[in-house]
Amino acid sequence: MAPLFDYTLRLADSALILGHRLSEWLGHAPLLEEDLALGNIALDLIGEARALYAYAGTVEGQGRDEDALAYKRDAGQFRNLLLVEQPNGDFAVTITRQLLYSAFAHPFWRALAQSRDATLAAIAAKAEKESAYHLRHAGEWLIRLGDGTAESHGSAQRALDALWPYAGELFETDAVEAALIAEGIAVDPAALRPDWERTVQAILAEATLAAPAGTWMQSGGRSGRHSEHLGHLLASMQFLQRAYPGASW
Amino acid sequence: MSAGLRERALAAASDVVDPEIPALTIADLGVLRAVRLAGDTVEIEITPTYSGCPAMRVIETEIEAALRAAGIDKFRIATVLSPAWTTDWLSEEGRRKLAEYGIAPPAGQASRRALFGAETVSCPRCGSAETERISEFGSTACKALYRCKRCAEPFDYFKCH
Repeated sequence: MAPLFDYTLRLADSALILGHRLSEWLGHAPLLEEDLALGNIALDLIGEARALYAYAGTVEGQGRDEDALAYKRDAGQFRNLLLVEQPNGDFAVTITRQLLYSAFAHPFWRALAQSRDATLAAIAAKAEKESAYHLRHAGEWLIRLGDGTAESHGSAQRALDALWPYAGELFETDAVEAALIAEGIAVDPAALRPDWERTVQAILAEATLAAPAGTWMQSGGRSGRHSEHLGHLLASMQFLQRAYPGASW
Repeated sequence: MSAGLRERALAAASDVVDPEIPALTIADLGVLRAVRLAGDTVEIEITPTYSGCPAMRVIETEIEAALRAAGIDKFRIATVLSPAWTTDWLSEEGRRKLAEYGIAPPAGQASRRALFGAETVSCPRCGSAETERISEFGSTACKALYRCKRCAEPFDYFKCH
């Protein structure tokens, strides 16, 4: 498979799955303002995913459009990060997942906006601005939760302990990416790690939370080895297109 | 004939309003990026404010209707992503209309400083600069929720982007 197609699909899958996860909060968030906020962030992410899927379909040249890529692939064919498919849990879990992702996504999109691929650069330039708001939102909430009551602190620390093992995958690369990085098309995620560490550690310090030390890191999303949660998510997200193929409105 | 065609198309497309902020036209917003002729076909370019802006499809349909109403049948509407939309493209007229409509216009230039530094947002009702942010996200992707500490009214702020 062409590396550019694979790479674009990975970015699209992570944006879509995280966007879908956040959309599960609609009507359930702890505050009206948060219902709006999580819905808005979901919309940004799904918008990014649509642009990326459309481009992946063009690159592939097999006539697959954004719907075919989002709705007609099974879990093993998804290439998203394991972090983003983790269930919403309580509000602290959702916010912590968002912080770990956004602290990466913000510098990532900024770097990808310099890509030699003009379409990826254009999508990234938009996503970069949006991710800045996502990061600020998640950071402010994690500080409020961690440095809040004993109960909110406990929830935030438990969320961090549970999600931390999925952070390592953010910085992994494989052969698909290595070639594109060398060509100046893809971003080397390892180079973003110091930036991510600085952002996350500063917020954790203010939130009086501590990252678990020496944790084993889980990975597999890039090669289609997912947690059981993704299948359940897809069952709900893809239901309509599976039951009524080609349905449109 | 074709000398007037571009002007007619431009006038028709410029009058289309944003479905979520009907006080503003897509020209005020900077969503309308180009109107030009390719032979006898009108080519129109629009750009989304945010990646997931759900108004884009509606805007496209309304441009189509406006062009047809102006007697123009041969056209293409394309969505372009680059350069990325910024609130710096909001016209002065657009900023004035926003404030009159009760939405505080973006404060300053869309720089990183504006995103992460302290933004001074003035109340569109009483003009007071003593306001506080209630939420980063409002009723649409492009707005945040604020409250005025002087007149106590909540209001929308068009985010600097």
